[in-house]
Amino acid sequence: MKITVAGDVKEYADGITVADLIVSEDVETPAYVTVALNDEFVLTENHATTKLADGDNVEFLYFMGGGGCGVYK
Amino acid sequence: MAVVIRKADYERMLEHARTGVPFEACGLIAGRVEGVDRLVERVFPLENPDQSAEHFTIDPRQQLAAVKEMRALGLAPLGNFHSHPATPARPSEEDIRLAHDPKAAYLILSLAGEAPVLRAFEIRGGEAAALEVRIV
Repeated sequence: MKITVAGDVKEYADGITVADLIVSEDVETPAYVTVALNDEFVLTENHATTKLADGDNVEFLYFMGGGGCGVYK
Repeated sequence: MAVVIRKADYERMLEHARTGVPFEACGLIAGRVEGVDRLVERVFPLENPDQSAEHFTIDPRQQLAAVKEMRALGLAPLGNFHSHPATPARPSEEDIRLAHDPKAAYLILSLAGEAPVLRAFEIRGGEAAALEVRIV
């Protein structure tokens, strides 16, 4: 089946889950990544049980934040 | 390694930062990678829900909407930017602690001095490395 991952269409085996995809795509620091599946966020606790389907669109969104407080490097 | 940004996009970022004072302003940058350089072709000013002079967070829903727009334009997400209204254009410990995307360029725009200062960094494993910034 074909899944669009971060803008690229790729071929994956049927039955792959969001958790599998995170591993396959070698997503770094996945604990800080929000997965959007067809524009809906997938809760972390549902990654292992959420199966992907042909034509799905997945985005990996890193948490982004920070601030000018504290000690500067 | 450089971040290349057009003057008009830089000015859009600067306007967003100045409008946000006294709070930090933030947003995303998109474009393409050419060799080791990141060419910024679009700036996406976003809200800072923290409404803080010392902190920013990019709202995931705004982030997703911006990424969708990037994809539609054929652009790749390149990283983010945020302002330091009263502090230097250097990553704070908080900036480094919360930088989780090893492929992103992190731009910091300081308004602390008479003239604004824009600097860019890659942040990996708790270490920030400066990138050249070219405004063209």
